Amino acid sequence: MRLKSLRALVCAVVALTVLAACTSPPSSGSGQDGARQQLVVGATLEPPTLDPSASDAASIPQVFLYNVYETLLKVDSNGKMAPLLAERWQISPDRRTYTFTLQPSAVFPDGRPVTATDAVWSMQRFRRGDNVAAKSQLAVVKSAKAKDDKTLVVTLARPSNSWLFNMASTAGMVFDSKATSDFATAPAGSGPYALDRWTKGSEIVLKRNDAYWGDKATFSRVTFRYFADPNAENSSMLSGGLDIISSVQAPQAINQFSDTSRYTVIEGTTNGEVVMALNNQSKALKDRRVRQAINYAIDRKALVDTVWNGKGTLIGSMVPPTDPWYEDLSNTYPYNPAKARQLLKAAGYAGGLKLRMRVPVVPYATSSAQFVASQLNDVGVDVSIEELEFPRWLDQVFTKADYDLTIVNHVEPRDIVKYADPSYYWRYDNPRVTKLVAEADQGTQAEQIAKMKQVARILADDAAADWLFLFPNLVVTTTKVTGVPKNATTLSFDLAGIAKT
Amino acid sequence: MSVFLAVVRRLAIFAVSLALASVLVFAVCAALPGDIAQVILGQSATPEALAELRQRLGTDRPLAVRYLDWVGGMLTGNFGESYLTRLPVAAQIAERMAVTLWLVLFGMVLALLIAIPLGMLAAVRNRRLSGTLVSALSQVGLAVPAFWAGIMLVVLFAVRLGWLPANGYIPLLQDPGQWAAHLVLPVVSLAIVQSSVLVRYIRSAILDVLSEDYFRTARAVGWTRMRALVRHGLRNASLSVVTVLGLQLATLFVGAIVIEQVFTLPGLGQLLLAAVGQRDLVLVQGTVMVLVFVVLVINAAVDLSYLALDPRLRSDGGRRR
Repeated sequence: MRLKSLRALVCAVVALTVLAACTSPPSSGSGQDGARQQLVVGATLEPPTLDPSASDAASIPQVFLYNVYETLLKVDSNGKMAPLLAERWQISPDRRTYTFTLQPSAVFPDGRPVTATDAVWSMQRFRRGDNVAAKSQLAVVKSAKAKDDKTLVVTLARPSNSWLFNMASTAGMVFDSKATSDFATAPAGSGPYALDRWTKGSEIVLKRNDAYWGDKATFSRVTFRYFADPNAENSSMLSGGLDIISSVQAPQAINQFSDTSRYTVIEGTTNGEVVMALNNQSKALKDRRVRQAINYAIDRKALVDTVWNGKGTLIGSMVPPTDPWYEDLSNTYPYNPAKARQLLKAAGYAGGLKLRMRVPVVPYATSSAQFVASQLNDVGVDVSIEELEFPRWLDQVFTKADYDLTIVNHVEPRDIVKYADPSYYWRYDNPRVTKLVAEADQGTQAEQIAKMKQVARILADDAAADWLFLFPNLVVTTTKVTGVPKNATTLSFDLAGIAKT
Repeated sequence: MSVFLAVVRRLAIFAVSLALASVLVFAVCAALPGDIAQVILGQSATPEALAELRQRLGTDRPLAVRYLDWVGGMLTGNFGESYLTRLPVAAQIAERMAVTLWLVLFGMVLALLIAIPLGMLAAVRNRRLSGTLVSALSQVGLAVPAFWAGIMLVVLFAVRLGWLPANGYIPLLQDPGQWAAHLVLPVVSLAIVQSSVLVRYIRSAILDVLSEDYFRTARAVGWTRMRALVRHGLRNASLSVVTVLGLQLATLFVGAIVIEQVFTLPGLGQLLLAAVGQRDLVLVQGTVMVLVFVVLVINAAVDLSYLALDPRLRSDGGRRR
């Protein structure tokens, strides 16, 4: 090392140190007013792309649904349909034709009015795209036409309740059809916020859309900052770098935020059912008695207390309490190891049973797996656990159904309908359920609720799976933040209503 | 002429290594279980949709075709497009490289700034308390993993004292002050481990020099220890130190991957980890090849720097004594 170049290096480092020393921590960087105008939200999964039609990753609607892209209607906090881009809508008597009248004042950021043509164009875009969930939700649409600028007429192939509900979510997002930008990096919607910048691997920053037609956004700037590591997210919160942790991934860490003068911990429900799936076609599990035995053998209350710090709701079927057809079925199979042993004996497994549990490497699954295995071991079921990376899990368990037991959090709203599909990886084949789900979708709202209740009861009774617990909505905010909803009922982290003092 | 031959020989080794690495990287990625189409389309994909997407992405073509396509593209600077985001791979790597390079550069500089004086001190004061103390401290530094050092620094300087941000990254052009503030803790955590390694090498290199004849001669004609060390010793000691420096520079890139995770810095390491997790193999291959390239360049530079540092190597065809 030459001394001259060494001297240059010394200068560089001294400069860096001095620069750092002159800088104050970010929290005191801007004035009081500026800080109140800005919100920083910590999140876990970063969107792979910003185009909602290209991927069904839940991280995309988390940021963009309602905040940047708007839908024709929105589900309000009571689970009712409320107007958004559609001022009103009419349903034909045969419940197959929907006529939406669009908000006259709704505009895109450049001032151009939102038209029925934009809505039609957006639906077509989703039908061509790679977001399979949205694509299949729109499959029931026979035709969508713009009668005039402000009137949209949609005809369905058959009546469908879930269609309208889905239109209030990702599949109903309305794009600016005249946008020339690439939606994968530059979203173009009519919402209260617009994209400011996306620093890949780090953060997405939204800025207030000053042209917004409705109530002006509260914040001039909102940052979603992404953390692969929950500990890093917690320390960021503890050091004043965040206003909100949108979803706490390790509930054990919640005790760090017990100082109520600084932090508020919000505990509610999500749509995420942590399902211990039983492969209904694997040799032993075809037998209902074995499935029931497994349900009796596991003390779900103790599981939640042990592995998830007591956070989480017991459900007993595939329905979260925020759905209209919810009933408490968590007591269908109360903890009863003696009964479990008895059932196993009756099914011919008195001498023991070997099962393969293949779980993805995610914290709730791997820790639950250990607990479940030890409890099943107590009743004579020998469980071998194998941990798979998520892409491998998708390939082996999800696509090929090569497993006996697995544990996954199913986050999509109203995903109970998946039990109507025998080819789904649960391999649950019950024509009665398939029929009831189809009827529920086509029936009136009262019929829908009654039939879905029936479906949930059949599934619970049949021990189609073991619903371990409902994933909690655990949110930490500083005490300055107000208006964060308790329950997460949609995929959106809806910024409307959130404020900072 | 012999210098020229040595350089040519070194460049040939470089090219062959790079070519072998590309085959290996491609083969490993091809052997990874998991299907990118399934990852993109998620849990509601139909077999038809999967087949269509595989065809569109080109992942259904024979391996040899895909390999040649990939290598051919890279030779013309086209690293392909990410499967998942459809963004050009080269641009993503360049963007992330900017972060990692700062981390490695400042980490190395800071480590050297700590290690050179301490290493010299430890050698010159070999048998005294201060020298022993430095040696002992460097042992402790070696035993500490960089990520643990990072977490401790965060707990102290970010959470307790609130002086510096705990994690995250602000680009230099956006806010230079914040950029520097966000880099301090990660750089220090890297440098703690690096300087401990370097102190030990510098110490032993200088101890070697101190026992050489020419050093004794210099002292005999009345030069002070320091003057003799700076004028004659450093150049000789630098030879072995440069080797270690090269090796350490390569490990620094690996260390940076871990540190980026602790401090959520959007660097190459984070890009690589995310890409592996999502089976975005074009991105994985491109990133790994860039890392391989960097390491090979460092190794070649170390070898070539021997020629510059040691005149004896220039006279006998590049072979060391």
